[in-house]
Amino acid sequence: MFKLWASIYKEFLLLTRDLGGLTILFVMPIVLIVTITLIQDSSFKSISKSKIPVLIVDNDKGFISENIFEGINSQNTFDIVVKESEEEARELVFKGDYQLAIIIPKNLSKDLELKINQNVEGVLSEFGFEEEEDAQEIVEITPKEVRLYFDPAIQYAFKESIKSGIDQMISKIETQSIYKAFQEQLSDEESQFSFNSESFISFKEIVPKLDDKEILPNSSQHNVPAWTLFAMFFIIVPLSINMVKEKSQGTFVRLRTNPVSYATVLGGKTIVFLAVCLIQFVLMLLIGVYLFPAIGLPVLDISGKIILLFIVAIFAGLAAIGLGLLLGTIANSQEQAAPFGATFVVVLAALGGVWVPVFMMPNFMQILSNLSPMNWGLNAFYDVFLRNAGFLEILPELTLLLLFFIVTTLISITYNNRKNAV
Amino acid sequence: MIQIQQLSKKYKGAENFSVSNLDLNIEEGEIFGILGPNGAGKTTLISMLCSLIKPTSGTFTINGLNYSNNERELKQLIGIVPQEYSLYPSLTAYENLFYFGSMYGLKGQLLKDSINDYLEKLGLSDFSNKKIEVFSGGMKRRINLIASILHQPKILFLDEPTVGVDVQSKNVIIDHLKELNQTGTTILYTSHHLNEAEHFCKRVAIIDNGKIIVKGKPKELIANNENAHNLEDVFIAFTGKGLRDHV
Repeated sequence: MFKLWASIYKEFLLLTRDLGGLTILFVMPIVLIVTITLIQDSSFKSISKSKIPVLIVDNDKGFISENIFEGINSQNTFDIVVKESEEEARELVFKGDYQLAIIIPKNLSKDLELKINQNVEGVLSEFGFEEEEDAQEIVEITPKEVRLYFDPAIQYAFKESIKSGIDQMISKIETQSIYKAFQEQLSDEESQFSFNSESFISFKEIVPKLDDKEILPNSSQHNVPAWTLFAMFFIIVPLSINMVKEKSQGTFVRLRTNPVSYATVLGGKTIVFLAVCLIQFVLMLLIGVYLFPAIGLPVLDISGKIILLFIVAIFAGLAAIGLGLLLGTIANSQEQAAPFGATFVVVLAALGGVWVPVFMMPNFMQILSNLSPMNWGLNAFYDVFLRNAGFLEILPELTLLLLFFIVTTLISITYNNRKNAV
Repeated sequence: MIQIQQLSKKYKGAENFSVSNLDLNIEEGEIFGILGPNGAGKTTLISMLCSLIKPTSGTFTINGLNYSNNERELKQLIGIVPQEYSLYPSLTAYENLFYFGSMYGLKGQLLKDSINDYLEKLGLSDFSNKKIEVFSGGMKRRINLIASILHQPKILFLDEPTVGVDVQSKNVIIDHLKELNQTGTTILYTSHHLNEAEHFCKRVAIIDNGKIIVKGKPKELIANNENAHNLEDVFIAFTGKGLRDHV
């Protein structure tokens, strides 16, 4: 037991002697979490005053283009920049100066109105509502297209959401125009007959409740667990470097000749680096609770969840440390340990759903994501933070994280013993 | 104390054996020197005896024990002074010694007294709270030695313990090793310093290409060699003047 204590003390000294490294261990995750949350917060609630400039070429100059302008302005996301020619707009977007251009075709309002009137008259005449003298000659109207130009560099998801938004806007204008046409045909005075063009079907999101208080997810509730986990797993880089350094300094050779088990050596590292993970976690929570509201970000709500959050952090930290011990045992140089460790954490994070939610991944990747300890940790954090889960509900994820730590540590010990067996 | 029988080591991918069918007995209380040119197999031999590498064939026992059955006991019995410093540069001398002493099961006042005693004997008391990274080569060598003898080993393996140090540090190290030997520690030592070995060792073996070419007391080896005036002459006579560069 004294050997374990001495190992813990030694690891503590080694860590605290490298003040630069220690600072990076605690400061960089904070920088990461603040940066990511500031960026991603606009997905939940636009706090940024910066808007995306959008080019509009209005060849219509009718009620539809007016509606499009109104619709875009009402979203508070875009700044409209009007251009006169499609060629100019296309060039600016394809060069990357602007991300989006909307080209409204000539006579769109007039032709849509004409087309709808023709259709409405046709329908009404079928029912005998049409007056003989009102019958008009059918004119051939060519379908219109609103052209969209996207900067080739913009992300697919952003492009799709813009397309969907504009499609909805056009559909709404068309529907309102149809209602209007019917109204005009059926009544001479506006007050005589009126269609209610408001949506009949609406959506209501029902969110989980805790003590009758709704748990509304915000960017902090999403980002703090995800990026805290990401930062905690980055512990594998300094941990594996610590172990590789012992090999290059010759201290590991000395330890191999000492009457001390490899498990004891790893035990000292595990306890100290787990403490680092937990300090990182506490700092992240403090940032979420105190700094975020001060800089205009949503506050991180941890009320009633602290114990469960710490339990998840301990198990996730152990899983990260297990991986670090394995990497440090196998790697022979810092050049092997550092790039592999950093890249592997990014891969695990991607698989774990830190960037793209697992349900949006292809089937094969969804299966793979089940193997990522970061996925287990993230699910456990989300269960506690967002799904109001209790200990029993997160037990499966905790078990997986603990098993991962045990298996990676056992592999490290076995590998070391076999490699150095005499 | 140390019985080596037909011990061989061939590294993976190597053409030749680094140690080949080596037989050697080292008596309790001896200071035994393993001498040889670069690549002769000295470090490989010591590394096998310290459980750092696995022999390809052959056996050895230390104080009647072997690593297969008595690893923990055997490790408690021996001390090794590696050729490299094998210390944590960012820890102080005292912290390094505290840690490595603890690994041998020492603790409490016994450990503290032992550290302070050795630091005093080897002239490093004033530097106990300085980090190893600021130490000179000679100071690091002395701390490297203390880290291996805090637990009073019965057998001490030293791989080039005085390489790269000044005469003063060398003398302190050698004097202390002699003192240690007088208290009953058997010493197995490798070195390139033949003059040092001649005066320090009770017996030496010159090895080349993994085999013992000659062994005996330094004075007898010199006397038995017609043109030899010292151990270096004996060494040249048996190993030749050719360079031993190889990769």
